[in-house]
Amino acid sequence: MKQTALIEEHRKLGGRLIDFGGWELPVQYTGVMDEHLACRSAAGLFDVSHMGEVLVEGADAEKFLYHLVSNDVAKIEIGMAQYSALCRPDGGIVDDLIVYRRAKDRYLVVVNASNTDKDFAWMQKIHAEGGFQCRLENVSAKWSQIAIQGRQAETILQSLTPAKLSEVKTFRFVENTVLSIPAILARTGYTGEDGFEVYLPWAEAPRVWQALLEKGTPLGMKPCGLGARDTLRLEVKYPLYGNELTDTTNPLEAGLGFATKLDKTDFVGKAAIAAAKAKGLARKLVGFELKGAGIPRQGYKLFDPDGTTEIGFLTSGTQSPSLKKPIGIGYVAANRSEVGTKVLVEIRANKIPAEVVPTPFYKRPY
Amino acid sequence: MRFPENLKYTKDHEWAKVEGNQITVGITDHAQSALGDIVFVELPKVGRTLKAGETFGVVESIKAVSDLYSPVAGKIVAVNEAAVGEPSMLNREPHAGAWLVKMELTDPASVNALMDAGKYSSFVESLK
Repeated sequence: MKQTALIEEHRKLGGRLIDFGGWELPVQYTGVMDEHLACRSAAGLFDVSHMGEVLVEGADAEKFLYHLVSNDVAKIEIGMAQYSALCRPDGGIVDDLIVYRRAKDRYLVVVNASNTDKDFAWMQKIHAEGGFQCRLENVSAKWSQIAIQGRQAETILQSLTPAKLSEVKTFRFVENTVLSIPAILARTGYTGEDGFEVYLPWAEAPRVWQALLEKGTPLGMKPCGLGARDTLRLEVKYPLYGNELTDTTNPLEAGLGFATKLDKTDFVGKAAIAAAKAKGLARKLVGFELKGAGIPRQGYKLFDPDGTTEIGFLTSGTQSPSLKKPIGIGYVAANRSEVGTKVLVEIRANKIPAEVVPTPFYKRPY
Repeated sequence: MRFPENLKYTKDHEWAKVEGNQITVGITDHAQSALGDIVFVELPKVGRTLKAGETFGVVESIKAVSDLYSPVAGKIVAVNEAAVGEPSMLNREPHAGAWLVKMELTDPASVNALMDAGKYSSFVESLK
């Protein structure tokens, strides 16, 4: 199994280590509920060094990324980040990612850990086909990433950096230092909270992690494992590749219309996605709240209230730690996707009533 | 990790407290720890007859779904509604207040096949 530079820190903290797509990472330290609630009320500290980082640099960097991804990278200025989908020609999603513009001709692309090799190969293929004048470098093994999320995140991180974090707005970043170590400090995240993702040289992660723990613990911050990362993102309906997003889902049905710019002159998958839109989307990704006893889980089938007509399936589900309710995300037939629609979730031998509800399930109160 | 001496244990991480012709069944301290925060419990109806090893309910943590297996053959004579109403009890007191069901044994001698505390703690150790 691959390990991040923080493996010893996880062991010291009593993290329960699991195999997560080939990475040895903590699923929890003290408990999913405890960590989740700490992140919502104060702050959470996450090792996300397994994420993939790819540098795209050179004269055609913008042109290449414009062609490669669904969002419009030409629209972002230096110091801005943008969420996007990487699509196949048939519109299926290869991955979802964030593009950071570091200079006119230099970008950082951050992808999902388990997709890094697949994505990099895909990027190289598209790059070669188009003869773009830019260089691609997979720096995933050289970069660590630590996320600090929650209302106390800015205060905690500010104590370690001269960067003026209050001036870094959402989906913006600065290149500065943390403990004098060169780092990218981005106001992005995967929890629905305010917070930062910090990119830094691989081997420097333990020092920064320890300093953040030292500053953050008195403020209620806790280290959070993969379990809490999943429940936090689920409560705000952020999609997870492999659950909500796959190579057979189209970004529009997945709710990624905001990041899919069909008015662009071109991008890989545009024609297929536009055709699917013109035809009318067959299904949509929506949020559910269970009204009976049980917990919705990935793969459970959805039925009409008559109990016989199958209308979709769940992609994720849990008992929401913040809302204390069973919640789920899933695909349903487009004509069953309105808020208030009543459905049944098949849980083992029973069909339990549920309802389509507005999302995000959880909205931060500040 | 606690392994009370007065209980019998199964490979499926359940405990059974034997009292004459009846047993009380729950999940072990190891089981609750491995599952993490328990948020849902589903138990059978009183009166149901179970074979040894038969699935009789479900315990779910935030992350995982885990079936419950009957340690021996018997009939359900009581279920713990308090545990159903407050599943986090299973994390706090798995060997006491958060018992799950009481069963009347088909064959009182069948409990002899279950593990004692020493054997079960070695078994748990062997899983690490």
